[in-house]
Amino acid sequence: MATAASVPAPRGIIRRPTATTGWLSWFTTIDHKKIGLLYGFSAFAFFIIGGLEALLIRAQLAKPDNTLLNADQYNQIFTMHGLTMIFLFVMPMSAAFFNYMIPLMIGARDVAFPRLNAFSYWVFLLGGLFLYSSWFLGGAPNGGWFGYPPNSTTDPTIGMTFYALGLIITGLASSAGAINLAVTVVNMRAPGMTLFRMPVFVWMGLVVQFLLVFALPIITVALFEMLFDRRWGTHFFDPTAGGRPLLWQNLFWLFAHPEVYILILPAFGIISEILPVFSRKPLFGYQFVVFSGIAIGFIGFGVWAHHMFAVGLGPVANTAFGITTAIIAVPTGIKIFNWMGTMYGGDIHFDTPMLMAVGAVAMFVIGGLSGVTHAVVPSDYQQTDTYYVVAHFHYVLFGGAVFGLFGGVFYWWPKIFARQLDERWGKVQFWIMLIGFNLTFGPMHILGLGGMIRREYTYPASLGLTFWNQVSTVGAYLIALSTLVFVVNAVKTQRTAKGLANEDPWDARTLEWTTSCPPPVYNFEEIPVVHSIDEFWHRKYAEDKEGRLIRVPAGASDHAAADGHGGAIHLPTPSFWPLIAAVGLPTIAYGVLYSWWLVGAGALVTVIGFMGWAMEPPVAE
Amino acid sequence: MRQLDEFHEEAGARGMSDPSEVGHARHIHPSAKEYVRIGVILVILTALEVWVSYSSLPHGLLIGILFFLAFVKFGLVVLWFMHLRFDDARYSRFFIMGFAGACILFLVVLLLFKAFAG
Amino acid sequence: MADTTAHAAPVEHTSTGLPSTKLAMWLFLASECLLFGALITTYVLYRGASTTGPYPSEIFDIRYTSVSSFVLLASSLTMVLSLTAAEKRDFARMRLWLVATALLGMTFVGGQVYEFTSFYHEGLSLTTNLFGTTFYVLTGFHGVHVTVGILMLLSLVGMSWAGRLPDDQAFPVEMVGLYWHFVDIVWIVIFTVVYLIPQAKPAG
Repeated sequence: MATAASVPAPRGIIRRPTATTGWLSWFTTIDHKKIGLLYGFSAFAFFIIGGLEALLIRAQLAKPDNTLLNADQYNQIFTMHGLTMIFLFVMPMSAAFFNYMIPLMIGARDVAFPRLNAFSYWVFLLGGLFLYSSWFLGGAPNGGWFGYPPNSTTDPTIGMTFYALGLIITGLASSAGAINLAVTVVNMRAPGMTLFRMPVFVWMGLVVQFLLVFALPIITVALFEMLFDRRWGTHFFDPTAGGRPLLWQNLFWLFAHPEVYILILPAFGIISEILPVFSRKPLFGYQFVVFSGIAIGFIGFGVWAHHMFAVGLGPVANTAFGITTAIIAVPTGIKIFNWMGTMYGGDIHFDTPMLMAVGAVAMFVIGGLSGVTHAVVPSDYQQTDTYYVVAHFHYVLFGGAVFGLFGGVFYWWPKIFARQLDERWGKVQFWIMLIGFNLTFGPMHILGLGGMIRREYTYPASLGLTFWNQVSTVGAYLIALSTLVFVVNAVKTQRTAKGLANEDPWDARTLEWTTSCPPPVYNFEEIPVVHSIDEFWHRKYAEDKEGRLIRVPAGASDHAAADGHGGAIHLPTPSFWPLIAAVGLPTIAYGVLYSWWLVGAGALVTVIGFMGWAMEPPVAE
Repeated sequence: MRQLDEFHEEAGARGMSDPSEVGHARHIHPSAKEYVRIGVILVILTALEVWVSYSSLPHGLLIGILFFLAFVKFGLVVLWFMHLRFDDARYSRFFIMGFAGACILFLVVLLLFKAFAG
Repeated sequence: MADTTAHAAPVEHTSTGLPSTKLAMWLFLASECLLFGALITTYVLYRGASTTGPYPSEIFDIRYTSVSSFVLLASSLTMVLSLTAAEKRDFARMRLWLVATALLGMTFVGGQVYEFTSFYHEGLSLTTNLFGTTFYVLTGFHGVHVTVGILMLLSLVGMSWAGRLPDDQAFPVEMVGLYWHFVDIVWIVIFTVVYLIPQAKPAG
């Protein structure tokens, strides 16, 4: 068979990009590390925007009968705050870490489908921008992140149509990314990296990808049904024609409860990496942590109706879902004990990553306990739709996920940027954030039990809610201050700090630290061969007869310098096509809002993008 | 150039072209004759379905038979045309996770609505 | 590029020994189960819930739709025959069967378009009642999937014809085939749930 038949000459209108440096390369890159960075920067930008929205919310609630925002503006802002933090910050920030770290941690050169990876990123970013363009095109979504119909389907402004379309687009990005990363973990592990030698972060990554693969299609259908109701007058959720708004609630929470674990498990993975390194002990009960993570994944699909206790499902359904909800606390509790067991008797170093991780565990426990009170149906009747719920999920999602993600940022910053974030500034940030966080969300328990309902844009002074609201507002501004401290720290570090004296600054345990900082494009010169959990640690340390650690002499832990040898390694060539295919999707979405011509144009662009992609060999000549 | 193997993008395609491995995986795929036989069975079952739907059997029995026939057709396509019967069990595991998951979850949703009560 | 030529190709070294693309495809199909599951659930939930006509029993032409079902089943058969040809490296015949599959697919979609138009003229639109809403959206979603499948089949034919497929052409044919058969099994379920199970006109 002739070579010519199988390898045709590159062809097409656009010349294949080859540059891996320069500003253009960021648009064509298919390197998992660069894509990870793109995810990280974009997610952080959305974090700032979502945070500013939170500050507006708190400013509005700082005094009774406030008129800073009117009810309509308030609705848009709290809805966008929720959507931003969930879909445009925590999910992509987790994707950033998964993208950057999973291939390095399992000893691979890239993800299974590098171009699909780029496609996922661009679709996410464009989907986020699409959602935000609603502010300028007639108003942002205003029906809450849960978008309950018939309120959301009958609202006369365009916002909730943007909501349906925007979330369909970002959901598509997450689905593609999830399949890609799941296959990467299953199929791209280095020799010897069996499933039960994988770092827990990779395990949690795998569980999250499976949750995404199975949860996202459900919300996609619900969103399409909402879109049809809003745009073309169908009756899916229209009670006047026999439709059942409760169908939306079921489909939404079927997705959105697994989504809660999609948000928190990445942070659990990061915590499980940080605690052993800074306690200088292996993770206590590795198998338990892994299996409880898997159990959380499975049970997470069986608890959705606990968001609907008050809608009248009947005593049998409420009891059943109360029980499953209480059960899911068990694997979560197992993890907490494992983390405490890891620290117990350890040689603990309280560097910033460790502070963040311990803070995350402590705050998550508070949120977890208030969560258990929701599992008790009669108690939930009192709490549902009050600030008590707001307090609960911010303790798990901010307290757990955001602290955990910041821990990951401090822990892996040297790996990614070859500089170490300033420890003093980091500690200052941690303490301000911890205090600010508790001041913001602690009082919300009291407010909620005192009768303050969610999503109300203001409250009368006579209710006696003013004091704790003011405390909460002060706390929110402290969180903002701590974020500012982080930004200053990051900028200062990148400007002034010199390279790393030691490429393994934390004396870490896992494979990503065996390469240089930052890793070369090809990650590993030689694909590592893995012999145990905490492979890197075992390359550095052995035990003497009394069980004391002794450093293995240099050589075993050394990695060759990154220069020179990489030339022989062929990497997939950058490509424009993922970006082109991605651009078509928001075009279709704008078309749905404004013109069928635009739908056609967008579909054409996407099809052309995929065609070009299929015709192009992964590696150029 | 060994390292290149580590890249798999679309390279299922390239990678699978190793004759020895492919040969092993491929020659157990059914023959054209067997495919046609399955196709004929599918056509007969579909004709049976249509015939049953016109019959005047009691409602419950009718639905039971129709679901049974659909399930058999579903199984034939998945097991033979999609080769799950001959392929690595891990593919089946992925698919069953999705299929069984969908059946269970949505059955519960319908139960919550008491959709089968009346 | 040496690694795509016929016999110098390296074995794909994956941890499981399974090709990544195929794993990804099955995972995608598993995900699609949930998508169609949710749509079919919506349809089932709203069976008999329409407050005005036309009702399914007044509008369905089971014989017509049965022919469509036969067409789609036949396309699954031509799809696997194409795979057999590809495995025998008879690429001309492979392309022929692929074209046949695409044509059968187009017949199905064409039939669906005709069905939609005739239902519309009988007074059933997307907004008439819950039956119209759920019927058009469920079968429309399926139709879009078939259309995407047709595009993939035609691209495959074109790329094979232009010599732009990897040497082992059976692999991409198998992948597109998996998608195509999946769309077929979804129709098997839809045909039963939507068309065959009789649905009485609601009293009152």
